Amino acid sequence: METIEKKPDSEKERRKIKSVARMKEIMTGYYIEAKGARQSGKKVAWITSGGPVEPLIVMDVIPVYPENHSAMIGATKMGGDLCNRAEEMGYSRDLCSYARSDIAAAVTNGGPIGGLPAPDFLVCCNNICGTVMKWYEAQARFFNVPLFIFDTPFTHTEFPDIARNYVRKQIFEYIAFLETVCGRKFDYDRMMEVGRLSVEAQRLWQAVLDTTMHRPAPMSAFDAFFHLGLIVTLRGTQVVVEYYTQLLAEMRARVASGISAVPNERYRLLWDNLPVWYKTKWLSETFAAHDACLVADTYTSAWSGQVEKLREDDFLESMVEGYSTIYLNVSVAEMARSVLGMIDKYGADGVVMHSNRSCKPYSLGQYDIQRIIQKERDVPVLMIEADMVDERVFSESQIGTRIDAFMEVVRSRKSG
Amino acid sequence: MNAIEDIRRVARDPIEYARRYTNETGVRALGYFCSYTPEEIIHAAGILPVRLFGFGKKIVRADAHLQSYSCSLVRSALELGLSGELDFLGGMVFPHTCDSIQRLSDIYRMNIPFGFFEDIVLPVKLNSESAREYIVNLLAAFTASIERGFSVTVSDEALRRSLVLYNEIRDHLGALYRLRSRHPRLCSGADLHDVVSASMVMDRTGLAALLADLVGELSARAEGLGDDDARKRIILSGGICSHPDVYGIIEDAGGAVVWDDLCTGTRYFEGALDTTRPPLEAIAHRYVDTRVTCPAKHRSLTDRADSLAAMATEHRADGVVFLLLKFCDPHAFDYPHLKERLDREGVPSMLVEIEDTLPPAGQLMTRFEAFVESLG
Ligand code: SF4
Ligand code: SF4
Repeated sequence: METIEKKPDSEKERRKIKSVARMKEIMTGYYIEAKGARQSGKKVAWITSGGPVEPLIVMDVIPVYPENHSAMIGATKMGGDLCNRAEEMGYSRDLCSYARSDIAAAVTNGGPIGGLPAPDFLVCCNNICGTVMKWYEAQARFFNVPLFIFDTPFTHTEFPDIARNYVRKQIFEYIAFLETVCGRKFDYDRMMEVGRLSVEAQRLWQAVLDTTMHRPAPMSAFDAFFHLGLIVTLRGTQVVVEYYTQLLAEMRARVASGISAVPNERYRLLWDNLPVWYKTKWLSETFAAHDACLVADTYTSAWSGQVEKLREDDFLESMVEGYSTIYLNVSVAEMARSVLGMIDKYGADGVVMHSNRSCKPYSLGQYDIQRIIQKERDVPVLMIEADMVDERVFSESQIGTRIDAFMEVVRSRKSG
Repeated sequence: MNAIEDIRRVARDPIEYARRYTNETGVRALGYFCSYTPEEIIHAAGILPVRLFGFGKKIVRADAHLQSYSCSLVRSALELGLSGELDFLGGMVFPHTCDSIQRLSDIYRMNIPFGFFEDIVLPVKLNSESAREYIVNLLAAFTASIERGFSVTVSDEALRRSLVLYNEIRDHLGALYRLRSRHPRLCSGADLHDVVSASMVMDRTGLAALLADLVGELSARAEGLGDDDARKRIILSGGICSHPDVYGIIEDAGGAVVWDDLCTGTRYFEGALDTTRPPLEAIAHRYVDTRVTCPAKHRSLTDRADSLAAMATEHRADGVVFLLLKFCDPHAFDYPHLKERLDREGVPSMLVEIEDTLPPAGQLMTRFEAFVESLG
C-alpha cells in the first residue's frame, strides 16, 4: 500500500472549486423560491429529470425535480429511513429508490429540506424509464393534481418518422395542457429566448465536462455530480448560463495553472450509471488514494449529449429529437458505442460500472457493455453492485476490496 | 374430455408443440412475450404467434447478461433464447412493455441471431388521439415489415378474417371464464389456466373449434349444477401466472379462483375487436378503448383499480390474491394503490411474491388457509 502524502491545508484549499459557493447559493435561493410559491402566487410543477422543462420556464412555472430531491436525500444519508417508510406503505424494496424516497417524503415531509413544495401539476417524460410513469401516477393520486405524460418512444435501432410525428404532436398537447392549468396563453416569442438560453447552457455544461480531457483533469465526475444540479433544474434561465460561464472560466484557469482534482493523477477512469449519492466522498477518496481520477461519466453528460440536435431558431421542433434520443432512451448497443467514444475522448484507463439495483434501464445490459469494452478497447472494467440512495445495500469493505484489486489491474496494465 | 387433454399437453410444453407444428405444416412461427402483440396481423400473414414463458428453466447462460435484480420472466426468457431452443422460430417480436423487457430486447438482438426481429414501440399512454394514430401507424409499419421479412402479402381480407377469428377465440375464452365464475366446480383452476396458456400458442383455427366444443361441453354440464359451492371466491391479480399449481393449493385451502386480472388471463382476451372499423384501427381501438390496461401503460390514474373493484363486485369475490413477480416494477408500483382501493371496497386481499418458482407448497398452503379463514 502506498502512503498518502499529507498535503498542507493551503494545498487542499487551492484544490477546492471556488464556484461551489455560488452554486449552493443559487440552489438555496431556488428551493426557497419554490417553497414560497404559494405566497408569491406562482405555480409549481414536478417534472422528471429528462423532461422538457423549457415550456415551464416560458410559463413562469417553478419546476421542481423529485429526482434531484431524492439525490439530496441520498447524499444526506436519509435514504434508508425513507425507503423503509415507503416499504411500510406497501412499495416493494426492489423499486427505484428515488421513487421510494420521494413517495415517503411526500407523506412525511421528510428529507433534508422538510419535503418539496406540493405540486400544482406533474410533467412526466418517460425518456429515462418506465418507472417515472408509475411514480408520477402515484403522486398525481396523492396530491390530486393533473399529470401530463410526455411519451418519447424508445429507440432500439432507429427513430422513425411515425414516432417523430407522435412526439411532435405531444409538444402542442403539452403547450395546450400548460395553457389550461396556468390559465393563460403560451408566449412563443419568450420560447425562442428560453430555447436559446437552454442550448447555450447545455453547450457550456458540455464545455465544462470537456475540460477533463486535459491531463491532469481539473475536476472529476464527483464534482460533475454536484455541479449538474443547475443544468437539470434551471436550464432555460439566464442564471444557469452565467453560472456555467463562471465554472468554465474557473476550470480553464485550473488547467492553466495545473490544479488538478486528484493530487497525483496517474490513472483516468470512467464512471457509468448514477452516482452512489451517500458514498461519493468515500468513493472519491478511495480512488484518489490510488492516484485515480474519475474523469468522466455517462450520467452527467446526458444533459448535454443531444445539444447538437437542438436548434435555437426552432427549439420546439428540435425538442422532438433532442428529448427522444437521450442516452437512456436508446439501445444497449448504442450505449456501448457512446461509452467507447468516451473512453477514447477522455483517455480512460479503466471503467467503473455501478450496477444500480434501483435503475433497470441503466443497468440491465451493462454486462454486455462490459464485454464490448473489454473486446474493443481492452480496458479493465470494474462492476460494483450498489444503489444510488438506499444505503442499506452498500457494503463498504467488500467494495473497497474490489476497488483495490481493480486498481492493481489498472496499474499493471499501464506499466506493462 | 378430449379437448382438455389436448390442451393440457400443449400447455405443459408449448415450445414442443410449436416446434412440431411448424415442422409438420411448414408454417413459420413468431415468438413474443407480451399481450400487446398484434397477433391478429401475424396470423393474417399465415404465421403462428407463439407466446413464450420459459419458466422452470435452470438459469445457466442468462446470468452472464442480466443482474440478479431482473425479474425471473426476463431471465428465463433470455435463457430460453440463448439455449438454442428457439432456433425453430422464424423470428421474434417485442412490443414495448417495461424497462426490463426493453433491455431484454436489446440483449436478444445483440446475442441471438434471428432472421426476423421487430420491436413495436407502443406508446405508454393510451388516452390521446395522437397515441391512437401512432398505434395505427406502428401496426401498419409492422405489417409491412412482416410482408418484407417473410415475403408474404397481408391482404385486407386476410386481416378481416383474422379479426373475426380472434373475436371468436376471445369470446369463447370469456364464455369459459363466465361459466367457471358461475360454477367454479365445472373445471379446475389449473385446467382453465392451461386453456388460456395453450390459446396463445396453438394453431388458432383449430383452437377456435376446440374452444367451441369446450364451451358446449361445459355449458351442458352446467345445466344440472346447483349453487352449493361453499368455497371462498378468489380473484387472482398480477402479471403472468405460469404456476398452474397455485390454483390447486388455493382450492385445497378452501378457496376457488373465479376470475383473474392477469396478462395470461382476462387481459389477453377481454375487449372485442370492432370489425366495422378498418382492421388496424380496430386493433388500436381495442388497445386504447376496450381491453383492460396493463400497468406498464397509462390510460387514467384509476382505471386499473376501477376495473379490479368492478371485477370483485361482478364476480362476488370474497378476496383477492395478488400474485406478483419479484422485481416487476410496473405491478409493484400499482400494488399499494390497488390494495387500498380493495380495502375501501371491503374486499380483503393478500400478497404473494413469486420468483421463478412458487414459495414452498406447504408454506403457501398455510398462508392461503389463513387467508381463506379470515374471509369468514
Ligand atoms: S433512477 Fe432509473 S428507474 Fe429511477 S427514476 Fe431514474 S431513470 Fe428511472
Ligand atoms: S412487466 Fe414485470 S414481469 Fe413483465 S417483464 Fe416487466 S418486470 Fe418482468
